[in-house]
Amino acid sequence: MLYREAGQFKATYAEDMAIFPIRQDRIALAVLLGIAFIGVPLLATFRIWPFGTDYLLWAILLPFLILALAAIGTNILVGYCGQISLGSGAFMAIGAYSAYKLATGVHIPLAWLGFAIAIPPLPVLASILLGGFMAAGAGILFGIPSLRIKGLYLAVATLAAQFFFDWAFLRLPWFTNYAPSGSVNAPELDFFGMVVRSPVERYLLCLAVVTVMAVLAKNLVRGNLGRQWMAIRDMDIAAELIGIRPLYAKLTAFAVSSFIIGVAGALWAFVYLGSWEPLAFSIDRSLELLFMVIIGGLGSIMGSFIGAAFILIVPIMLNVIPTKLGLPLSTQTITHLQFIIFGSLICYLLIKEPHGFARLISIGKEKLRLWPFPY
Amino acid sequence: MRAPNANEILLQVEGVALAFGGVKALRDVSFNVKKGEIRAIIGPNGAGKTSMLNVVNGFYHPNHGAITFKGSTRSKMQPFEAARGGIARTFQNVALFKGMSALDNIMAGRTLKVRRGLLWQLLRYGPALAEEIEHRRKVEEIIDFLEIETIRKVPVGRLPYGLQKRVELGRALAMEPDLLLLDEPMAGMNLEEKEDMSRFIIDVNNHYGTTIALIEHDMAVVMDLSDRVAVLDHGVKIADGTPDEVKRSQAVIDAYLGVAH
Amino acid sequence: MIALGQFLEVLIGGLMSGVLYSLVALGFVLIFKASGVFNYAQGAMVLLAGLALVRALDLLVANGLPLWVAVILAIGFAAVIMAATAWLIERFVIGPLVNQDGLTLFMSTIGVTFVIEGAAEMIFGSDVYPLRLFPTDAWFLFEGLFPGGILVNKLDVWGALIAGVLVAGLAVFFQRTKTGRALRAVADDHLAAHSIGIPISWIWFVVWLVAGLVALVAATVWGTKLGVQFSITFLALKALPVLIIGGLTSIPGAIVGGLIVGAGEKLAEVYLGPSIGGGIEYWFAYVLALAVLLLRPQGLFGERIIERV
Repeated sequence: MLYREAGQFKATYAEDMAIFPIRQDRIALAVLLGIAFIGVPLLATFRIWPFGTDYLLWAILLPFLILALAAIGTNILVGYCGQISLGSGAFMAIGAYSAYKLATGVHIPLAWLGFAIAIPPLPVLASILLGGFMAAGAGILFGIPSLRIKGLYLAVATLAAQFFFDWAFLRLPWFTNYAPSGSVNAPELDFFGMVVRSPVERYLLCLAVVTVMAVLAKNLVRGNLGRQWMAIRDMDIAAELIGIRPLYAKLTAFAVSSFIIGVAGALWAFVYLGSWEPLAFSIDRSLELLFMVIIGGLGSIMGSFIGAAFILIVPIMLNVIPTKLGLPLSTQTITHLQFIIFGSLICYLLIKEPHGFARLISIGKEKLRLWPFPY
Repeated sequence: MRAPNANEILLQVEGVALAFGGVKALRDVSFNVKKGEIRAIIGPNGAGKTSMLNVVNGFYHPNHGAITFKGSTRSKMQPFEAARGGIARTFQNVALFKGMSALDNIMAGRTLKVRRGLLWQLLRYGPALAEEIEHRRKVEEIIDFLEIETIRKVPVGRLPYGLQKRVELGRALAMEPDLLLLDEPMAGMNLEEKEDMSRFIIDVNNHYGTTIALIEHDMAVVMDLSDRVAVLDHGVKIADGTPDEVKRSQAVIDAYLGVAH
Repeated sequence: MIALGQFLEVLIGGLMSGVLYSLVALGFVLIFKASGVFNYAQGAMVLLAGLALVRALDLLVANGLPLWVAVILAIGFAAVIMAATAWLIERFVIGPLVNQDGLTLFMSTIGVTFVIEGAAEMIFGSDVYPLRLFPTDAWFLFEGLFPGGILVNKLDVWGALIAGVLVAGLAVFFQRTKTGRALRAVADDHLAAHSIGIPISWIWFVVWLVAGLVALVAATVWGTKLGVQFSITFLALKALPVLIIGGLTSIPGAIVGGLIVGAGEKLAEVYLGPSIGGGIEYWFAYVLALAVLLLRPQGLFGERIIERV
């Protein structure tokens, strides 16, 4: 009975166009943000359950936030614009390594021209954002084939990006500042004199970035550009005939998507991993992001969060529940089970509900509105 | 509100020929559309009507001939350039964006009128929001006009065929076109829906003053609606004139009833 | 002469490993032609077939059966597993997704990939299992012409022979049998085929079965070369660029594409690799495919796709 919109009249188009037009949803969101921004840091600071150890922050919330951000980026390309990508991992890597190079100083000796390009080390925030822009540039470059080829063919083009950059960051020592092991360390996370060190600080940093970028992404997808993307996705020929330029629509989708994924990659490297190898951004990561988007909901910002949470929680549950039941599973079995669960869930959702969990939730809300009389 | 100067020519198609491999879809077809009129192109199945529309809005490039629209002549252009020039169209088998709501479909039709770029849309604040609201207001007018208020937030994939056709007309109107091409607007409709659609077409022409070129194979509907009718058969224009003239033309009667060639 | 000898050796080695890519690519083409599905799971099917084969073989040999009996039984067992997989995929994934767009079907095969990989490793184990069905020692050819001769691996020759037989067999199957003709009809237009009474789900099952058997053949050769192990799926992924280069719908294209990729990446590795850090093989095929996509999107042997409204 609590979930009713009767009596909530919208007098202006602005009100009708709000992200959450129903008051109860807005209240729920406010509570959620309150918990995320104030509740969690307080509990973690005073080490109150369930934040007695840093486990929840480090192993769940931090990766959840960053991967959700990367999933938003993937969703813009795959879910909104309908351009398949198996190369999200590579764009995370481009964000991460670009940010790393910029934060440690870039030096490109151009001996045959008689001079060198030298950029002094940039502040961390600038490096991360520029990392995003570098990824956006690469995204545009690898998006160009999408103007001539579609769907499945594009999948191979993005695979080319994935494997080429995997190789480049592994084999070209310039990217890793000639580190002998190939693994690199993030610079100190100094934001205008404030140094982010503890898990809570890292969490708050990611939360802030993710919140801002999620809102901006939501603005884009519900505005004209978002409609252009979806038009291209649903019927590109008709889209052209109402004046949408495929070139502009597709390349903006690639750019925006890669920018978000690039920033997520930089955060993943700098804030979560601290030190990393190219393996952190392999094709497995790309597929994982694609799964988050399909499971959470193609074409839904909220779905990206749900998908990320689901993909992270399943392996933990597979570990925890059988152990509680006295039947602990081996790590290998857990991995295999996880493969089977994700795989079958993907197939099931594609058949039954292509818009994923996000759609299931909104169906649930429709039912709740009418509850207890379903008519 | 029909344009007083009804003799001004908006679209002139001159000697257009189009072939797919050996199949000649159009052979030396010429006709014009005058500003403010409802112009019909009819013909039996396979006469080349849809090909004609595809040539006009740039989806097919003709092998010969030229098209003059609003005084500028060209033989080749991209579909979005045609849209930018002020040509809108609907499709025979409804080409809506299935995953989007009726409202979003029609809002997408406003794309060419959107002035604020990516960064403003990102912020969705101040002038960007004001612009979005302005477009929404215009779109709501069209929704009102087409009497589809109740379905504005329904994904179009779930709508019945007749309503989908109306949404598609709405999307084309949202472009505020100079020339509206309708590809068999009544195809697959029952009598009642046909009457509704005829009324909308006449209303669009009266209310917005939009020039309309429509193709149809149902003669009866067309004769009541249009100011002038051109008849195509096997890619050749066999008659052109007012509905009464066309009805009396022996070539048309032969084409429709069939004679031994 | 040493330079030419080395070049020939690299070229032949490359062509031969290209045959292996072709073997996997064949499976892709079959499914794509018949159902328009771009089957990401083909590599996983190679893994599954290989694991079923090698594990059954080891078990039978350990129980004292003569090798040739064990080989026949193990191949039979693996074939049954592939048939069961084909049936499950048709029944639970491809069947329900009929008439969906290519993208959805493609993503569903990624789901299938994960299920197959997880299940195969859970049931049959996840180690490296050596398989010895073919000789793996080397021949040295033209020893009179080049110092040391040109090294050719016998297994590669076997692989090429098998691929040749397989292609001939598939050609006969498609052109001469009733099922083959029905299959081509379904490939052209499955609704039309359905309306003249061709049982579509049966045809699709047959296609996936044939693709599964092709995967089994690929697994025997690959397993002998590398041992049956998870990384086979990554090598099998290279069949995707092979297909792009050859053209998605063309069986000769799959073969030629495989040869081009195999020879190209080996030559690039040997002659370009040292100057840019090595490991070019890792991405060469994909970047070559990207270039082909930009210049000739339908591939070398593919049919041009015409769109109509």
